[in-house]
Amino acid sequence: MLNISGIHEGFVLDHIQAGMSLQIYHDLKLDKLDCSVAIIKNAKSSKMGKKDIIKVECPIEALDLDILGFIDHNITVNVIKGDRIVEKKILKLPKQVRNVIKCKNPRCVTSIEQELDQIFLLTDEEKEVYRCKYCEEKYTNPNKRLFS
Amino acid sequence: MRHLMSPLDFSVEELDQLLDLAEDIEKNPKKYAHACDGKKLATCFYEPSTRTRLSFEAAMLNLGGSVLGFASADSSSAAKGESISDTIRVISCYADICAIRHPKEGAALVASSKSGIPVINAGDGGHQHPTQTLTDLMTIRSLNGRLGNITIGLCGDLKFGRTVHSLINALIRYENVKFVLISPEELKIPDYIRDDVLRANGIEFKEVERLEDAMHELDILYMTRVQRERFFNEEDYIRLKDYYILNGEKMKLAKENMLVLHPLPRVNEISVEVDDDPRAAYFKQAQYGVYVRMALILTLLDITV
Repeated sequence: MLNISGIHEGFVLDHIQAGMSLQIYHDLKLDKLDCSVAIIKNAKSSKMGKKDIIKVECPIEALDLDILGFIDHNITVNVIKGDRIVEKKILKLPKQVRNVIKCKNPRCVTSIEQELDQIFLLTDEEKEVYRCKYCEEKYTNPNKRLFS
Repeated sequence: MRHLMSPLDFSVEELDQLLDLAEDIEKNPKKYAHACDGKKLATCFYEPSTRTRLSFEAAMLNLGGSVLGFASADSSSAAKGESISDTIRVISCYADICAIRHPKEGAALVASSKSGIPVINAGDGGHQHPTQTLTDLMTIRSLNGRLGNITIGLCGDLKFGRTVHSLINALIRYENVKFVLISPEELKIPDYIRDDVLRANGIEFKEVERLEDAMHELDILYMTRVQRERFFNEEDYIRLKDYYILNGEKMKLAKENMLVLHPLPRVNEISVEVDDDPRAAYFKQAQYGVYVRMALILTLLDITV
């Protein structure tokens, strides 16, 4: 059994789909933070069979969690302060995601205009559809959970 | 400051006002002959266009204004690698309003975000062509008398045809508009129009492959050209370009008061023998395009006469 100690202040991201933790590590730009990060892969889960968990020891304002809602809004976010859980955040689909995914439409202006932000807007919350702000090309999240 | 990126930028009420203004311009052209004295329109065309560019230029000249611009990317700073954002910032120093056409989708939106003057999307790749839609709406309203309670057939390239997509989006806002979508399998309407626009709004439509099967029920027939520039594969273009040809025989199947529209240019899809048929409205449509662009320029420059 693997043991990882608790954290004093930061986040525990639980119920991550198994295999997705490294992508989330990069998308949250955790590699750029000078703090302790523990990635637990393939932990046992009664709900999911197996899951990933990420523990981040950092000031709670240091992370932009909007992107997590885009990747998978079923992830549980526990906010830790003073060694205990002070909040369980409910993730929502962000209205807009900036510079996280790229438009794949070769006819889109983002393919030629330098230094243009890649912006996708939530156009259908129910179906979780995002479209490129410029060409309206549809983006379907390949990581969307089948059971969600 | 207001721009025009999509025909849906205007509400139905605003659209009615714009079309009313265009009709007044048609009836009283002299009244508007000096409305834009001292104003300049920049036409920034990064891909070839005859009628859209000349229509904009004619519109501004009819209003007493002046025009400047370029007609291809080769003759602009784009050939030197200048970004759209930089170009529009510079154009904003020279002109009062800008019409931009660009092969990349979303290019006009980028321009509008950096512009100091109103920007009109004069076509961005296969995405939007709002002034064509305004032209189509004015033609239908003027010649048919109404925009609601019609059955409209859209024929040809429904996959890449941006005019068709824009027109559907604009017409679903009116009462009891039925669509007959006429295309070969390869050029059928995209899912995001069929599902997200037509089905999602409970609009009555059907899809057919033969033009002859639809003619009898149409109030409007909107023909389109299969556009070579939208194909990556030349073989596909050659196979599909002559799929539909509207001729005198097929016109015999149509209602006596049906209107034939086409955004032009046509290649082979409407036989020249149809030109003399009183139901052929595509050249009148080009004339309405000037009136509606005049109305648009006045509206975006906030000029009242």
